[in-house]
This record gives sequence, structure tokens and C-alpha cells, in this order.
Amino acid sequence: MSTATVEQEPASKVDLAESGDGAGAVESFDVTLKVRRYDPERAVDAWWDEWTLTMYGTDRVLDALHKVKWDIDGSLTFRRSCAHGICGSDAMRINGRNRLACKTLLKDLDTSKPITVEAIKGLPVEKDLIVDMEPFFQSYREIMPFLVNNSPAPTAERLQSPEDRERFDDTTKCILCAACTSSCPVFWTDGQYFGPAAIVNAHRFIFDSRDDAGDMRLEVLNDKEGVWRCRTTFNCSDACPRGIEVTKAIQEVKTAILTRSL
Amino acid sequence: MTQTKSTPGGRGTLYKGREGMWSWVGHRITGVGIFFFLLVHVLDTSLVRVSPEAYNAVIGAYKHPIMIFGEIGLVGAIVFHAFNGLRIILVDFWKQGTRYHKHMLYAVLILWFVTMAAFSARHLMIFFGGE
Ligand code: HEM
Ligand code: SF4
Ligand code: FES
Repeated sequence: MSTATVEQEPASKVDLAESGDGAGAVESFDVTLKVRRYDPERAVDAWWDEWTLTMYGTDRVLDALHKVKWDIDGSLTFRRSCAHGICGSDAMRINGRNRLACKTLLKDLDTSKPITVEAIKGLPVEKDLIVDMEPFFQSYREIMPFLVNNSPAPTAERLQSPEDRERFDDTTKCILCAACTSSCPVFWTDGQYFGPAAIVNAHRFIFDSRDDAGDMRLEVLNDKEGVWRCRTTFNCSDACPRGIEVTKAIQEVKTAILTRSL
Repeated sequence: MTQTKSTPGGRGTLYKGREGMWSWVGHRITGVGIFFFLLVHVLDTSLVRVSPEAYNAVIGAYKHPIMIFGEIGLVGAIVFHAFNGLRIILVDFWKQGTRYHKHMLYAVLILWFVTMAAFSARHLMIFFGGE
């Protein structure tokens, strides 16, 4: 109504200027980052490097890795893209457990001891924290991670009831970070095992009412390297950064294979 | 903000699994342990067909005091494997099983403890009772 208010500065800016210590309000602390390094061009064996860094309460393990790479040792090698928990690039073993570096706040870890960071297990390490993801994606491709529908395409969407959509909602959240598959003791010793991530993504289509290839996927996973390798250690469920009930999804696929063949 | 240390040839750390992983480790160790005990036991029992004297000598070894603890250990392994085996069956076939796997493990451990307390008490009593 009144034109006078339009001229005012936004309140937030005025506030910041007056207090003048916006950044200083975040507490800082020292952390020791201990990274397991590997570079076949430098040494045959892996080695551990330690750095002590001054970090802030808002920083994540990824920020600490950036600090090392940008300010101290540019040869430190790791993958990351989105930095916000959605691309699935930076799964690594932090203090012995698979986590996304971009979703793990330093202040949530025990900073009185060095924070250990290692590559995920079970896939060949190429350099430092980078592993060869090809075996992982090979298994993913084999379960046909796409909609198969043999009826003629409708002019609009293929409709689905909310209940039918809910059936596989949990497994749609996967970002293919491999935290689950590389936390699995079966996968560490048997690289041929399809692994939790492939089963999660098969589950996403097997229980989709619009999909027609469920039986084919069940057949693929009924293999000796399929779901029956699972020993229900729950490492995958504990590791998943998306909170997917991975072991539950695997159990549902096992049950589907059994009831189908009856 | 400096490099403080570099350790050559460092080994990786142990994966920090939780209840699910350690119960599986326990299940496998007890399963393999029971298997080897049964293997030996089938062999020593079959000795009776070869030579009753040799059988008596070998079976007599079970009377050695050390075997008391061996037997308690064996029963402990079997009891854990059996109770946890039932838990795994529930995880696999009961719809809510994956959500309660930790609770069920605590139940297994409590049942194991109660069973073992009762068994050990009776076993030691029979042994030290002189028979
Ligand atoms: C007392 C009754 C028993 C029950 C209820 C039982 C139950 C089970 C179950 C459900 C599994 C599957 C584990 C999984 O899926 O991860 C299993 C595994 C196993 N059992 Fe038993 N079992 C029993 C007796 C035995 C005996 C007598 C032996 C030894 C001869 C044995 C040796 C094993 C071994 C070696 C495994 C494989 C462990 C693994 O794959 O991690 N079990 N048992
Ligand atoms: S199921 Fe979870 S842990 Fe496994 S790949 Fe998908 S997002 Fe990562
Ligand atoms: S960088 Fe994308 S998930 Fe962490």
C-alpha cells in the first residue's frame, strides 16, 4: 500500500552490519585428519598422512579434505561433486564406517582423536580415496535399472495409486554412492556378489506396479551371487546416507523369489 | 595447519560394524567351531568299531578337568548358534524382523546368559560332586 517501505534496507543486512561478527560467532577448533593414502606412482604400499587443521563448527569432513587439498597438499585425491549429499560421489570410510564426507559434520565426531579417512573397501583403490567403481556399476546395470512396460505407451502418464507408489518409495531414494555395497563383509571377500545397492535398485522396479520385468530381475538375483549371499549383517542399513532400510529391501526381494517359485 | 606425520605402509582399520555384524561374526565362528567339534566327535565315536580299548582311552580324555571348560565352551557355542539361528530366521521371514534385529539380539544374549548360568552351575556341580 505505502511506497515508503519499499525504500528500506532489508532488515537482515542492517543486523549483520551492526553486530559485525557474524562469522566469528561460529566456534572454531583444531582437528587432526588422518588419511590413508595410496599412489602407485609414488610408493608400492599405502601410507597414512596426518594434518592438524583449524576448522569451524559448521565444517564437514569434506571441508577438511578441501582445506588440505587447496592449502597444503594438492596431491590429495578424492571424488566429490555436489557437496550436498545428492550426487553420491564421496562415500568414504570415516572413523571406520562408511559415510559421505559432505554429510558428516566434524563436530559430530570425536575431535580429541585423529579422524581417520580411508577409501571404501572391496573395490580396487586407484589413488588415495578414489576406487574403481566399474564392478559396482556393472552389477547395477545387470538388474535392468529402468522401467520395462510392454503395453502401448499412454498419451499421458502411467497412473499409479498412492498405495502402489508407497510400496517402493524407500528404494527410490538411492544415490548410488556404494556406501552399502562396500560395507558388506560378503562383498569384501566375494567381489562377484551383486551387493546391496544393486538389490535396492532392483527392488525399486520389482515392486513398481507399472513395471513388467519383475520376474526377469528376480531371476537375475536368484543367482548364486544374488540375494542368497546376504548374511543380514545390517552394515548396509547402518551405512546408507539416505536412510534406506537396505536389509529390509533385500529381505523383501528374497521373499518375492521364494513366493514366486511356489 | 601443517602436515604433522606420515606413516609408511600403514594398514587399513577394522570396519566398525554394529550389533548385526558382530552377531554374524559370532554365528560364523560358533558354526565353524561346532562343525569341527562334530567332525572330531564322529571320528572318535567311530573308533568303538575299530577298537573298544582305543575308544575308551580317547573318550576317557573327556574326563580331564580341562574338558569341563571345553564342554562349557562347546555348549555355550551351540546355545548361541541355536538362539541366534532362530533370530536370523525371524529376520528373514518375519515382516518386521529387520526393524527389531537389535532387540532380538539382546533377547538372544539374555537367553544365552540364563541358559549358560543354569547349565554351568549344574555341570560344575556334577563334576565337583565327585561322580
Ligand atoms: C542348533 C540348531 C541350529 C540352528 C537353529 C542353526 C541355524 C543356522 C542358521 C539360520 C544359519 C544361517 C545363517 C545366515 O543366514 O547368516 C546357520 C549358519 C551356519 N550354521 Fe547353523 N544352526 C544350527 C546348528 C548348526 C550345527 C550343528 C552346525 C555345525 C555342524 C552349524 C554350522 C553352521 C555354519 C558353519 C553356518 C554358516 C555361517 C555363515 O554363513 O555365516 N549350525 N545356522
Ligand atoms: S542404498 Fe544407500 S548406501 Fe547404497 S548406494 Fe544407495 S544411497 Fe548409497
Ligand atoms: S559430494 Fe555429492 S554426495 Fe557428497
